[in-house]
Amino acid sequence: MKMTKIVRTTADAFYPFCLVFGLYVVTHGHLTPGGGFQGGAVMATGTALLIVSRSYREITGRLRQTMLKLCEAFGLMLFLLAGLQSLANARPFLGNWLTQTGGFVGSVVSYGPNPGSLDTGGLVPLLNVGVGLEVFGGLTLIILCMLSGIKEDRP
Amino acid sequence: MTPYLFFQGLVLAGLIVSGILVVTFKDLLAAAIASGAFSLLLALEFYLLQAPDVAIAEAGIGAGLTTAIFIIAIRGTKRYEEEE
Repeated sequence: MKMTKIVRTTADAFYPFCLVFGLYVVTHGHLTPGGGFQGGAVMATGTALLIVSRSYREITGRLRQTMLKLCEAFGLMLFLLAGLQSLANARPFLGNWLTQTGGFVGSVVSYGPNPGSLDTGGLVPLLNVGVGLEVFGGLTLIILCMLSGIKEDRP
Repeated sequence: MTPYLFFQGLVLAGLIVSGILVVTFKDLLAAAIASGAFSLLLALEFYLLQAPDVAIAEAGIGAGLTTAIFIIAIRGTKRYEEEE
C-alpha cells in the first residue's frame, strides 16, 4: 500500500508543529501538566507521521537508527549524571541541590502559585529534558524498526 | 441537567459507538482510524474529569503512536479482513 501525495504533504505540514508542541510540553514540565514522558511521546508522534507516510528506503535519508540510539543513550546519561552529581554536593541520589540558589535554573520564587517563570525548579527541568530525549529516541526507534521489517512491493 | 453533564454523556456515547465500530469494520485501515478516534475521545474524557496529565499521555500514545504502529502493520499485510 503506497501512500498518496496528499498524505505526504499533510504529514510534512504537521510534523514541525508536533515537534514544537512536544518541546513546549518538555520545557514547561515543572510548571504545567505534562513533563518528560508526555512531551517525548508527542515529539515521537510527529516523527511517526513522517515515518508512516514513506517507505523505509526514503526515510533513511532523514532518520537513521544510530542517530536515534545516540539520542536515547544521551538522555539516559544526562539523567544518571544529573542524579550522581548530587552525591558530589553532599546530597542523596537525585537530591535537588540547584533549587533556590539564584544560579542557572535556580531562581528564588516566593510562596504560592508560580507565575510562569521557567528558570526555577533546580534539577527537575534537567531531568525532564533527559527523560524527553530518552522517550523520543526509544519510541521513534520502535516505529522505525517495525517499518524496516515489511516488504514494500505488495500491491 | 447541566451542560457539563450533557457534554460528558455525549463523549461517553461517542466512546461506545467508536468501540463498536472498531469491532465491526471489515476494512482494517478504517478500524485503526476508529481506534484512534476512541483514544482521542478517551483523552477528552480524561480532560473533562480534570486529569490533563493523563489526557496528554493518552493523546500521544493512544491516538498517535498506536495508530501509527497499526497502519505500519496493515501496510505489511492485507488491508481487508477475509470472510470465514
